[in-house]
Amino acid sequence: MEAPRPPRRNRRAVAGRVQLPAPSHHRFYGHGIPGTAPDKLTGKLIVVEGADGSGRSTQIARLVCWLEASGHATVQVGLKRSTLVSEELEKAQQGNILSHATLSLFYATDFADQLENMILPALKAGFMVLADRYIYTLMARDMVRGMDEAWLRNLYGIALLPDAVFYLSVSPEELVQRNFAKNAALDYWESGMDLGLSGDWFDSFIKYQTIMLRQFKRLQSIYGFDIVDGHQSVEAVNAELRKKIEAVLSGRLHTN
Amino acid sequence: MNKTFAQLGFPGRLIAVEGLDGSGKSTQIYLLKRWLELQGLKVYFSEWNSSEIVKAATSKGKKRELLTPTTFSLIHATDFADRYERHLVPLLRAGYLVLCDRYIFTAFARDVVRGCPPQWVRGIYRFAGLPDVTFFFKANLEISLHRILDARPQLKYFEAGMDLHLSTDPYESFRIFQGRILEQYLAMSTEFHFLMVDANQRVEAQQNVVRELTAARIDLSQYRRAAESPAPPPSPPRKPKWKPPAPLEETDVP
Repeated sequence: MEAPRPPRRNRRAVAGRVQLPAPSHHRFYGHGIPGTAPDKLTGKLIVVEGADGSGRSTQIARLVCWLEASGHATVQVGLKRSTLVSEELEKAQQGNILSHATLSLFYATDFADQLENMILPALKAGFMVLADRYIYTLMARDMVRGMDEAWLRNLYGIALLPDAVFYLSVSPEELVQRNFAKNAALDYWESGMDLGLSGDWFDSFIKYQTIMLRQFKRLQSIYGFDIVDGHQSVEAVNAELRKKIEAVLSGRLHTN
Repeated sequence: MNKTFAQLGFPGRLIAVEGLDGSGKSTQIYLLKRWLELQGLKVYFSEWNSSEIVKAATSKGKKRELLTPTTFSLIHATDFADRYERHLVPLLRAGYLVLCDRYIFTAFARDVVRGCPPQWVRGIYRFAGLPDVTFFFKANLEISLHRILDARPQLKYFEAGMDLHLSTDPYESFRIFQGRILEQYLAMSTEFHFLMVDANQRVEAQQNVVRELTAARIDLSQYRRAAESPAPPPSPPRKPKWKPPAPLEETDVP
């Protein structure tokens, strides 16, 4: 004998129905990638920005678990992860032998390779793409080093506007503590040692991160991304991100 | 629009040669270099696509056919930027005559044929000064094609423009690709003040034109090495990129 069908609302809960994301409305900052139709990109691009030690990777790992549990397929990308140039870029950076325009273009190549081979195909297939940093870090770093903003905007005219950009804001003083707790050493580039701000790594780190924070605030006023207080507990930051991403998935929020 | 190095106030001068593969431009700039350095002038020669640091990535990308029009453009811009910032600018500051076998116009032509927007490509190279003299070697397309195709039957994937899917036959693809690049070059020739050299002439006749125009546009006496500097070492034997063409009289040139 057939069991009576449960009421509609319950049936959904019992089957663990996965929520379909709201339609996306993607566009590129400039001309984009020739031959790519933005309206075919049905997935969502979610970017997490922030300095080293701001909790980006911890937060992304948690978001991936949560998104997958909710039935969404995910892909992760980040800087210096392309098949094309990541090794060579790493090597060149270790030697600290590249000038600014060269390093900038090398990073842009790395970004473009991942954009075309990971981000766009994944979005086309309806995936949630989580980006551990995006063009904003690249632009901020370059502008701090004196590169022309109009030049950078043209260069990154290939980039897609994300569905959401979260900037995990942490004070330089707290960042330095977190970096020491993790590695007991500061990273050369994250300390801005190439800029000659100070011969002292600690001073240089604080100065560089302060300049970067200022640069991000300026970029925020142009690109309108969401600043999240990274001083909160991991759980609190994650809860805030989830809430906002839920709003993005249901089409109620577009932070960019 | 960008300025030339003279307009930018650099003591050095940059001379660039552009043209299709097989137009004879490499031979001509080599002979120009010999003429200048044997007069005791400060000369530096730089080739397209030759930055040591970026080379590994470029050749991997090409071998494994990983490049798209966008990344092809960006990786060559990275290569150029490295040579530009590390070699060209310091040498021009030091008052050298810098000779470039291909300059930014190669990217302007190639990348646009590959489908990149012209304004995007030009914007990327905006950090670079313009050459003080640009020679364009304009050869009959068929002759250029013959020089390459007769000598190097193994055309590489990107060199033949196979990524553009113009034809499944690499030779046919190369022909169409080179024809389109030539169109792009000619379209920008006035804007960038290309000095057109008839590359269908004999090597010596072309070199006469090149030397005369160079001397007319640059006060060469300002670029002497200090008297006590040793003479430049003889250049290592050049590895020819192609077999010398059959004498021109025997080919059917209109």
